Amino acid sequence: MSDEYRPYTLVAELTYRCPLRCVYCSNPVDYARHTDGLDTADWLRVFREAEALGVVQLHLTGGEPVLREDLEALIEGARALDLYTNLITSGIPLSRERLASFRSLGLDNVQVSIQDVMAPSSDRIAGSRAFERKLEVARWVKELGFPLTLNVVLHRENLGHVEEIVALAEALSADRLELANTQYVAWALVNRRALLPTAAQLDRARRVSAAAQQRLRGTMEVLFVMPDYYSEFPKACMDGWGRRFIVVSPDGLALPCHAAHTLPGLHFDNVKHGPLETIWCESPAFNAFRGEAWMPEPCKSCERRTIDFGGCRCQAFYLTRNAAVTDPACVLSPDHGLIEAARQQALSASGGDFEYRAPRSTARK
Amino acid sequence: MIALDSRPRLAAKARIRFDRKTARYLLLYPERGLVLNPTAADIATLCTGEHTVHAIVERLAEKYAPQPRAQVEHDVMSFLATLAERGLMQTDP
Ligand code: SF4
Ligand code: SF4
Repeated sequence: MSDEYRPYTLVAELTYRCPLRCVYCSNPVDYARHTDGLDTADWLRVFREAEALGVVQLHLTGGEPVLREDLEALIEGARALDLYTNLITSGIPLSRERLASFRSLGLDNVQVSIQDVMAPSSDRIAGSRAFERKLEVARWVKELGFPLTLNVVLHRENLGHVEEIVALAEALSADRLELANTQYVAWALVNRRALLPTAAQLDRARRVSAAAQQRLRGTMEVLFVMPDYYSEFPKACMDGWGRRFIVVSPDGLALPCHAAHTLPGLHFDNVKHGPLETIWCESPAFNAFRGEAWMPEPCKSCERRTIDFGGCRCQAFYLTRNAAVTDPACVLSPDHGLIEAARQQALSASGGDFEYRAPRSTARK
Repeated sequence: MIALDSRPRLAAKARIRFDRKTARYLLLYPERGLVLNPTAADIATLCTGEHTVHAIVERLAEKYAPQPRAQVEHDVMSFLATLAERGLMQTDP
Protein backbone atom coordinates (compact mmCIF):
# COMPACT_ATOMS: atom_id res chain seq x y z
CA MET A 1 0.00 0.00 0.00
CA SER A 2 1.33 3.48 -0.89
CA ASP A 3 2.69 5.99 1.63
CA GLU A 4 -0.53 7.93 1.20
CA TYR A 5 -1.95 5.33 3.58
CA ARG A 6 0.64 4.80 6.27
CA PRO A 7 -0.47 4.66 9.88
CA TYR A 8 1.80 6.63 12.22
CA THR A 9 -0.30 6.32 15.36
CA LEU A 10 -1.98 3.43 17.08
CA VAL A 11 -4.68 4.39 19.55
CA ALA A 12 -5.05 1.42 21.87
CA GLU A 13 -8.33 1.72 23.74
CA LEU A 14 -7.45 -0.80 26.41
CA THR A 15 -10.83 -0.72 28.13
CA TYR A 16 -14.00 1.36 28.09
CA ARG A 17 -14.27 1.00 31.86
CA CYS A 18 -13.72 4.26 33.73
CA PRO A 19 -14.43 5.56 37.21
CA LEU A 20 -15.51 8.93 35.80
CA ARG A 21 -18.67 9.87 33.92
CA CYS A 22 -17.63 12.84 31.78
CA VAL A 23 -20.49 14.46 29.93
CA TYR A 24 -18.44 14.72 26.71
CA CYS A 25 -16.84 11.28 26.84
CA SER A 26 -15.77 10.18 23.37
CA ASN A 27 -16.48 6.52 24.06
CA PRO A 28 -19.53 5.33 22.16
CA VAL A 29 -22.87 5.84 23.83
CA ASP A 30 -23.32 2.05 23.85
CA TYR A 31 -19.80 1.47 25.21
CA ALA A 32 -21.07 -1.08 27.72
CA ARG A 33 -21.67 -3.55 24.87
CA HIS A 34 -17.94 -3.63 24.15
CA THR A 35 -16.26 -5.51 26.96
CA ASP A 36 -12.50 -6.03 27.27
CA GLY A 37 -11.79 -8.77 24.81
CA LEU A 38 -8.05 -8.63 24.26
CA ASP A 39 -5.54 -10.16 26.61
CA THR A 40 -1.93 -9.13 27.07
CA ALA A 41 -0.62 -11.34 24.28
CA ASP A 42 -3.27 -10.02 21.86
CA TRP A 43 -2.33 -6.42 22.55
CA LEU A 44 1.38 -7.12 22.23
CA ARG A 45 0.75 -8.72 18.86
CA VAL A 46 -1.30 -5.69 17.79
CA PHE A 47 1.60 -3.41 18.79
CA ARG A 48 4.05 -5.53 16.80
CA GLU A 49 1.87 -5.62 13.72
CA ALA A 50 1.16 -1.91 13.95
CA GLU A 51 4.85 -1.11 14.20
CA ALA A 52 5.53 -3.25 11.14
CA LEU A 53 2.95 -1.20 9.25
CA GLY A 54 4.78 2.02 10.12
CA VAL A 55 3.31 3.10 13.46
CA VAL A 56 5.75 5.06 15.64
CA GLN A 57 3.39 6.64 18.18
CA LEU A 58 1.26 4.68 20.62
CA HIS A 59 -1.54 6.08 22.74
CA LEU A 60 -2.59 3.93 25.66
CA THR A 61 -6.07 5.12 26.40
CA GLY A 62 -9.62 4.05 27.14
CA GLY A 63 -11.80 4.48 29.21
CA GLU A 64 -9.23 4.48 31.91
CA PRO A 65 -6.18 2.46 30.82
CA VAL A 66 -4.66 2.17 34.30
CA LEU A 67 -7.55 -0.15 35.21
CA ARG A 68 -5.68 -2.76 33.15
CA GLU A 69 -3.52 -4.81 35.45
CA ASP A 70 -1.22 -5.72 32.58
CA LEU A 71 -0.36 -2.12 31.73
CA GLU A 72 3.23 -2.70 32.90
CA ALA A 73 3.67 -5.54 30.42
CA LEU A 74 2.14 -3.45 27.64
CA ILE A 75 4.45 -0.50 28.30
CA GLU A 76 7.45 -2.79 28.37
CA GLY A 77 6.40 -4.40 25.09
CA ALA A 78 5.84 -1.03 23.45
CA ARG A 79 9.26 0.16 24.53
CA ALA A 80 10.91 -2.92 23.12
CA LEU A 81 9.39 -1.93 19.76
CA ASP A 82 10.75 1.61 20.16
CA LEU A 83 7.25 3.10 20.03
CA TYR A 84 6.82 6.59 21.47
CA THR A 85 4.28 5.75 24.14
CA ASN A 86 1.82 8.16 25.67
CA LEU A 87 -0.44 7.23 28.57
CA ILE A 88 -3.74 9.10 28.51
CA THR A 89 -5.26 8.93 31.95
CA SER A 90 -7.83 10.55 34.18
CA GLY A 91 -5.29 9.89 36.92
CA ILE A 92 -7.86 8.44 39.24
CA PRO A 93 -6.99 4.86 40.11
CA LEU A 94 -3.24 5.50 39.90
CA SER A 95 -0.65 5.28 42.67
CA ARG A 96 2.69 7.03 42.72
CA GLU A 97 4.49 3.68 42.94
CA ARG A 98 2.79 2.38 39.86
CA LEU A 99 3.52 5.54 37.93
CA ALA A 100 7.17 5.28 38.96
CA SER A 101 7.31 1.73 37.63
CA PHE A 102 5.85 2.93 34.29
CA ARG A 103 8.76 5.34 34.14
CA SER A 104 11.37 2.67 34.60
CA LEU A 105 9.64 0.46 32.02
CA GLY A 106 10.08 3.18 29.41
CA LEU A 107 6.81 5.10 29.19
CA ASP A 108 7.53 8.36 27.32
CA ASN A 109 4.75 10.81 28.14
CA VAL A 110 1.76 11.15 30.43
CA GLN A 111 -1.37 13.07 29.55
CA VAL A 112 -3.66 14.03 32.41
CA SER A 113 -7.03 15.60 31.78
CA ILE A 114 -8.72 18.12 34.03
CA GLN A 115 -12.18 19.49 33.46
CA ASP A 116 -11.80 23.01 34.86
CA VAL A 117 -9.66 25.01 37.30
CA MET A 118 -11.69 24.51 40.47
CA ALA A 119 -12.95 21.38 42.12
CA PRO A 120 -16.72 22.02 42.05
CA SER A 121 -16.97 22.95 38.37
CA SER A 122 -14.43 20.32 37.31
CA ASP A 123 -16.12 17.54 39.26
CA ARG A 124 -19.50 18.59 37.90
CA ILE A 125 -18.31 17.78 34.37
CA ALA A 126 -16.54 14.56 35.38
CA GLY A 127 -19.56 13.44 37.38
CA SER A 128 -17.27 12.44 40.21
CA ARG A 129 -14.96 13.90 42.86
CA ALA A 130 -11.68 13.81 41.04
CA PHE A 131 -10.12 17.25 40.68
CA GLU A 132 -7.76 17.36 43.66
CA ARG A 133 -6.51 13.89 42.93
CA LYS A 134 -5.85 14.77 39.31
CA LEU A 135 -3.65 17.67 40.35
CA GLU A 136 -1.73 15.40 42.67
CA VAL A 137 -1.16 12.91 39.85
CA ALA A 138 -0.05 15.71 37.52
CA ARG A 139 2.55 16.73 40.11
CA TRP A 140 3.83 13.16 40.43
CA VAL A 141 4.19 13.00 36.66
CA LYS A 142 6.68 15.88 36.74
CA GLU A 143 8.39 14.78 39.95
CA LEU A 144 9.10 11.40 38.38
CA GLY A 145 10.69 13.08 35.37
CA PHE A 146 8.00 12.50 32.75
CA PRO A 147 6.92 15.16 30.30
CA LEU A 148 3.39 16.24 31.16
CA THR A 149 0.57 16.99 28.76
CA LEU A 150 -2.39 18.71 30.38
CA ASN A 151 -5.60 18.27 28.45
CA VAL A 152 -8.70 20.35 28.99
CA VAL A 153 -11.83 19.88 26.91
CA LEU A 154 -13.49 23.26 26.41
CA HIS A 155 -17.21 24.07 26.37
CA ARG A 156 -19.56 26.82 27.44
CA GLU A 157 -18.98 26.27 31.17
CA ASN A 158 -15.18 26.61 31.15
CA LEU A 159 -14.34 28.66 28.05
CA GLY A 160 -14.20 31.76 30.21
CA HIS A 161 -11.42 30.24 32.34
CA VAL A 162 -8.64 29.91 29.77
CA GLU A 163 -6.36 32.40 31.59
CA GLU A 164 -6.70 30.40 34.78
CA ILE A 165 -6.17 27.12 32.95
CA VAL A 166 -2.95 28.44 31.42
CA ALA A 167 -1.79 29.64 34.85
CA LEU A 168 -2.51 26.23 36.33
CA ALA A 169 -0.62 24.50 33.51
CA GLU A 170 2.35 26.77 34.18
CA ALA A 171 2.20 26.09 37.90
CA LEU A 172 2.27 22.36 37.12
CA SER A 173 5.17 22.88 34.64
CA ALA A 174 3.20 21.16 31.89
CA ASP A 175 5.17 20.65 28.69
CA ARG A 176 2.09 20.75 26.52
CA LEU A 177 -1.36 22.20 27.10
CA GLU A 178 -4.19 21.01 24.94
CA LEU A 179 -7.17 23.33 24.92
CA ALA A 180 -9.42 21.13 22.87
CA ASN A 181 -12.89 22.33 22.15
CA THR A 182 -15.48 19.62 22.47
CA GLN A 183 -16.11 17.55 19.34
CA TYR A 184 -19.81 16.93 19.17
CA VAL A 185 -19.95 13.18 18.72
CA ALA A 186 -20.77 10.41 21.24
CA TRP A 187 -21.69 11.76 24.70
CA ALA A 188 -20.90 15.31 23.70
CA LEU A 189 -23.63 15.15 21.07
CA VAL A 190 -26.09 13.90 23.68
CA ASN A 191 -25.15 16.91 25.80
CA ARG A 192 -24.65 19.40 23.01
CA ARG A 193 -27.29 21.81 24.18
CA ALA A 194 -25.58 22.21 27.54
CA LEU A 195 -22.03 22.29 26.12
CA LEU A 196 -22.03 24.26 22.86
CA PRO A 197 -20.59 27.74 23.42
CA THR A 198 -21.39 30.98 21.62
CA ALA A 199 -19.17 32.56 18.99
CA ALA A 200 -18.33 35.40 21.38
CA GLN A 201 -17.12 33.01 24.10
CA LEU A 202 -14.94 31.21 21.61
CA ASP A 203 -13.47 34.33 20.17
CA ARG A 204 -12.32 35.56 23.51
CA ALA A 205 -10.85 32.19 24.50
CA ARG A 206 -9.03 31.97 21.21
CA ARG A 207 -7.41 35.35 21.74
CA VAL A 208 -6.34 34.47 25.27
CA SER A 209 -4.79 31.20 24.17
CA ALA A 210 -3.04 32.80 21.19
CA ALA A 211 -1.38 35.25 23.58
CA ALA A 212 -0.33 32.42 25.88
CA GLN A 213 1.01 30.45 22.94
CA GLN A 214 3.17 33.39 21.94
CA ARG A 215 4.41 34.09 25.44
CA LEU A 216 5.24 30.47 26.26
CA ARG A 217 6.86 29.49 22.97
CA GLY A 218 9.77 27.15 23.58
CA THR A 219 8.67 26.36 27.15
CA MET A 220 5.14 25.04 26.91
CA GLU A 221 3.37 24.08 23.74
CA VAL A 222 -0.14 25.55 23.78
CA LEU A 223 -2.61 24.05 21.39
CA PHE A 224 -6.08 25.46 20.82
CA VAL A 225 -8.41 23.26 18.81
CA MET A 226 -11.35 25.16 17.32
CA PRO A 227 -14.71 23.41 17.31
CA ASP A 228 -15.78 22.77 13.75
CA TYR A 229 -19.25 24.11 14.56
CA TYR A 230 -17.62 27.53 14.36
CA SER A 231 -15.15 26.97 11.55
CA GLU A 232 -15.89 27.61 7.92
CA PHE A 233 -14.58 24.25 6.83
CA PRO A 234 -14.42 20.98 8.70
CA LYS A 235 -11.31 19.42 10.17
CA ALA A 236 -9.40 16.72 8.43
CA CYS A 237 -10.90 14.23 10.84
CA MET A 238 -8.18 11.74 11.91
CA ASP A 239 -6.07 13.20 9.05
CA GLY A 240 -8.35 11.32 6.70
CA TRP A 241 -10.15 8.00 6.99
CA GLY A 242 -7.73 5.07 7.21
CA ARG A 243 -4.77 7.28 6.43
CA ARG A 244 -2.68 7.96 9.54
CA PHE A 245 -4.44 6.35 12.51
CA ILE A 246 -5.54 2.95 13.64
CA VAL A 247 -7.82 2.76 16.65
CA VAL A 248 -8.32 -0.61 18.30
CA SER A 249 -11.35 -0.87 20.57
CA PRO A 250 -11.35 -2.83 23.84
CA ASP A 251 -13.08 -5.76 22.19
CA GLY A 252 -10.54 -5.83 19.36
CA LEU A 253 -12.16 -4.00 16.45
CA ALA A 254 -9.65 -2.23 14.21
CA LEU A 255 -11.12 1.17 13.36
CA PRO A 256 -10.21 4.34 11.45
CA CYS A 257 -11.53 6.48 14.34
CA HIS A 258 -12.95 6.24 17.86
CA ALA A 259 -16.58 6.11 16.78
CA ALA A 260 -16.45 4.30 13.43
CA HIS A 261 -17.99 1.13 14.85
CA THR A 262 -21.17 3.05 15.60
CA LEU A 263 -21.75 3.69 11.89
CA PRO A 264 -24.31 1.27 10.46
CA GLY A 265 -23.58 -0.72 7.34
CA LEU A 266 -19.84 -1.05 7.87
CA HIS A 267 -18.33 -4.27 9.11
CA PHE A 268 -15.14 -3.84 11.12
CA ASP A 269 -12.77 -6.75 11.53
CA ASN A 270 -11.48 -7.95 14.83
CA VAL A 271 -7.72 -8.12 15.33
CA LYS A 272 -8.22 -11.51 16.93
CA HIS A 273 -9.35 -12.96 13.62
CA GLY A 274 -6.70 -11.68 11.26
CA PRO A 275 -3.48 -9.76 10.80
CA LEU A 276 -3.66 -5.99 11.15
CA GLU A 277 -1.96 -5.52 7.81
CA THR A 278 -4.73 -7.32 5.96
CA ILE A 279 -7.37 -5.30 7.80
CA TRP A 280 -5.59 -2.02 7.13
CA CYS A 281 -4.94 -2.67 3.44
CA GLU A 282 -7.85 -4.78 2.31
CA SER A 283 -10.88 -4.52 4.56
CA PRO A 284 -13.89 -2.89 2.89
CA ALA A 285 -14.52 -0.73 5.97
CA PHE A 286 -11.02 0.81 5.97
CA ASN A 287 -11.36 1.44 2.25
CA ALA A 288 -14.92 2.77 2.42
CA PHE A 289 -13.95 6.45 2.64
CA ARG A 290 -10.41 6.44 1.32
CA GLY A 291 -9.65 8.49 -1.75
CA GLU A 292 -12.33 10.42 -3.62
CA ALA A 293 -14.53 7.80 -5.24
CA TRP A 294 -17.05 7.91 -2.37
CA MET A 295 -17.32 11.70 -2.35
CA PRO A 296 -20.56 13.44 -3.23
CA GLU A 297 -20.84 17.04 -4.33
CA PRO A 298 -19.87 19.62 -3.16
CA CYS A 299 -16.71 17.76 -2.05
CA LYS A 300 -16.14 15.93 -5.33
CA SER A 301 -15.27 19.12 -7.19
CA CYS A 302 -13.92 21.13 -4.26
CA GLU A 303 -10.30 22.26 -4.02
CA ARG A 304 -10.16 21.44 -0.35
CA ARG A 305 -10.96 17.76 -0.77
CA THR A 306 -7.30 16.76 -0.38
CA ILE A 307 -7.00 18.98 2.71
CA ASP A 308 -10.00 18.03 4.84
CA PHE A 309 -11.15 14.86 3.01
CA GLY A 310 -14.74 16.02 3.32
CA GLY A 311 -14.66 16.21 7.12
CA CYS A 312 -15.91 13.74 9.71
CA ARG A 313 -17.88 10.68 8.59
CA CYS A 314 -19.33 10.15 12.04
CA GLN A 315 -20.50 13.74 12.32
CA ALA A 316 -22.06 13.44 8.86
CA PHE A 317 -23.93 10.34 9.96
CA TYR A 318 -25.05 11.58 13.36
CA LEU A 319 -26.43 14.79 11.94
CA THR A 320 -27.89 13.54 8.64
CA ARG A 321 -28.18 9.74 9.02
CA ASN A 322 -25.88 9.35 6.02
CA ALA A 323 -22.16 8.85 6.59
CA ALA A 324 -21.33 9.46 2.92
CA VAL A 325 -22.33 13.12 2.67
CA THR A 326 -20.27 16.28 3.11
CA ASP A 327 -19.71 17.03 6.79
CA PRO A 328 -22.50 19.49 7.75
CA ALA A 329 -19.87 21.57 9.58
CA CYS A 330 -18.75 22.78 6.12
CA VAL A 331 -20.39 26.02 4.95
CA LEU A 332 -20.73 24.46 1.50
CA SER A 333 -22.74 21.49 2.78
CA PRO A 334 -26.44 21.46 1.91
CA ASP A 335 -27.00 20.35 5.51
CA HIS A 336 -25.11 23.25 7.05
CA GLY A 337 -28.40 24.63 8.40
CA LEU A 338 -28.25 21.95 11.10
CA ILE A 339 -25.06 23.55 12.45
CA GLU A 340 -26.48 27.06 12.17
CA ALA A 341 -29.53 25.97 14.12
CA ALA A 342 -27.35 24.54 16.91
CA ARG A 343 -25.38 27.80 17.07
CA GLN A 344 -28.62 29.74 17.23
CA GLN A 345 -29.73 27.55 20.09
CA ALA A 346 -26.45 28.25 21.92
CA LEU A 347 -27.29 31.96 21.94
CA SER A 348 -30.43 31.41 23.97
CA ALA A 349 -29.46 28.31 25.96
CA SER A 350 -28.76 28.91 29.60
CA GLY A 351 -26.56 25.87 30.12
CA GLY A 352 -28.46 23.05 31.57
CA ASP A 353 -28.87 19.52 32.63
CA PHE A 354 -26.35 16.92 31.65
CA GLU A 355 -26.79 13.31 30.90
CA TYR A 356 -23.77 11.67 32.49
CA ARG A 357 -21.97 8.84 30.79
CA ALA A 358 -23.55 5.58 31.98
CA PRO A 359 -24.21 2.16 30.50
CA ARG A 360 -26.96 2.04 27.89
CA SER A 361 -27.74 -1.16 26.10
CA THR A 362 -28.46 0.36 22.69
CA ALA A 363 -27.69 3.74 21.22
CA ARG A 364 -30.71 5.97 21.53
CA LYS A 365 -31.28 8.92 19.28
CA MET B 1 20.40 33.32 19.43
CA ILE B 2 22.18 30.20 20.61
CA ALA B 3 25.65 30.72 22.06
CA LEU B 4 28.54 28.82 20.49
CA ASP B 5 29.79 27.68 23.88
CA SER B 6 26.42 26.39 25.14
CA ARG B 7 25.79 22.66 25.31
CA PRO B 8 22.48 21.74 23.72
CA ARG B 9 20.58 18.73 24.98
CA LEU B 10 17.36 17.27 23.58
CA ALA B 11 14.38 17.92 25.82
CA ALA B 12 13.20 15.01 27.93
CA LYS B 13 10.10 14.67 25.78
CA ALA B 14 11.99 14.14 22.52
CA ARG B 15 13.30 10.80 21.30
CA ILE B 16 15.14 9.84 18.11
CA ARG B 17 14.05 6.78 16.19
CA PHE B 18 15.08 5.26 12.91
CA ASP B 19 12.23 4.82 10.45
CA ARG B 20 12.65 1.73 8.29
CA LYS B 21 9.94 2.83 5.86
CA THR B 22 11.70 6.00 4.79
CA ALA B 23 15.25 5.20 5.92
CA ARG B 24 15.28 8.51 7.81
CA TYR B 25 15.52 9.36 11.46
CA LEU B 26 12.46 10.76 13.19
CA LEU B 27 12.45 13.02 16.20
CA LEU B 28 9.36 11.99 18.13
CA TYR B 29 7.59 13.99 20.81
CA PRO B 30 4.03 14.03 22.12
CA GLU B 31 1.57 13.67 19.24
CA ARG B 32 4.15 14.75 16.70
CA GLY B 33 7.31 13.92 14.88
CA LEU B 34 9.91 15.67 12.77
CA VAL B 35 11.49 13.90 9.82
CA LEU B 36 15.23 14.54 10.03
CA ASN B 37 17.47 14.87 7.02
CA PRO B 38 20.89 13.26 7.46
CA THR B 39 22.55 16.47 8.73
CA ALA B 40 19.73 17.16 11.18
CA ALA B 41 19.95 13.57 12.42
CA ASP B 42 23.69 14.02 13.04
CA ILE B 43 23.08 17.26 14.93
CA ALA B 44 20.26 15.82 17.01
CA THR B 45 22.38 12.80 17.93
CA LEU B 46 25.09 15.14 19.23
CA CYS B 47 22.63 17.11 21.39
CA THR B 48 23.46 15.18 24.54
CA GLY B 49 24.50 18.05 26.76
CA GLU B 50 28.16 17.05 26.45
CA HIS B 51 29.14 18.89 23.28
CA THR B 52 29.22 22.63 22.76
CA VAL B 53 27.63 24.09 19.64
CA HIS B 54 31.15 24.92 18.52
CA ALA B 55 32.22 21.29 18.90
CA ILE B 56 29.17 20.08 16.98
CA VAL B 57 30.01 22.41 14.10
CA GLU B 58 33.60 21.21 14.10
CA ARG B 59 32.55 17.59 14.07
CA LEU B 60 30.13 18.04 11.19
CA ALA B 61 32.44 20.28 9.16
CA GLU B 62 34.92 17.44 9.24
CA LYS B 63 32.34 14.85 8.27
CA TYR B 64 30.82 16.91 5.47
CA ALA B 65 34.08 18.28 4.04
CA PRO B 66 34.58 19.87 1.54
CA GLN B 67 31.32 21.67 2.38
CA PRO B 68 32.24 25.18 3.57
CA ARG B 69 32.37 25.48 7.35
CA ALA B 70 30.15 28.56 7.24
CA GLN B 71 27.44 26.52 5.53
CA VAL B 72 27.67 23.79 8.18
CA GLU B 73 27.53 26.36 10.96
CA HIS B 74 24.46 27.91 9.39
CA ASP B 75 22.75 24.51 9.17
CA VAL B 76 23.53 23.72 12.79
CA MET B 77 22.31 27.08 14.06
CA SER B 78 19.09 27.01 12.12
CA PHE B 79 18.26 23.45 13.14
CA LEU B 80 18.97 24.22 16.80
CA ALA B 81 16.71 27.26 16.52
CA THR B 82 13.92 25.05 15.15
CA LEU B 83 14.35 22.69 18.08
CA ALA B 84 14.36 25.52 20.62
CA GLU B 85 11.26 27.08 19.12
CA ARG B 86 9.40 23.81 19.56
CA GLY B 87 10.64 23.33 23.09
CA LEU B 88 12.67 20.30 22.03
CA MET B 89 16.03 21.51 23.28
CA GLN B 90 17.57 22.70 26.49
CA THR B 91 20.93 24.39 26.70
CA ASP B 92 23.31 23.71 29.54
CA PRO B 93 25.83 26.44 30.27
S1 SF4 C 1 -13.78 11.21 28.99
FE1 SF4 C 1 -14.09 10.96 31.20
S2 SF4 C 1 -15.55 9.26 31.39
FE2 SF4 C 1 -14.72 9.17 29.29
S3 SF4 C 1 -13.00 7.77 29.44
FE3 SF4 C 1 -12.17 9.84 29.72
S4 SF4 C 1 -12.16 10.17 31.95
FE4 SF4 C 1 -13.49 8.40 31.54
S1 SF4 D 1 -17.04 20.86 0.29
FE1 SF4 D 1 -16.10 19.02 1.12
S2 SF4 D 1 -13.95 19.16 0.50
FE2 SF4 D 1 -14.86 21.21 0.23
S3 SF4 D 1 -14.40 22.29 2.13
FE3 SF4 D 1 -16.45 21.36 2.38
S4 SF4 D 1 -16.07 19.38 3.32
FE4 SF4 D 1 -14.09 20.11 2.54
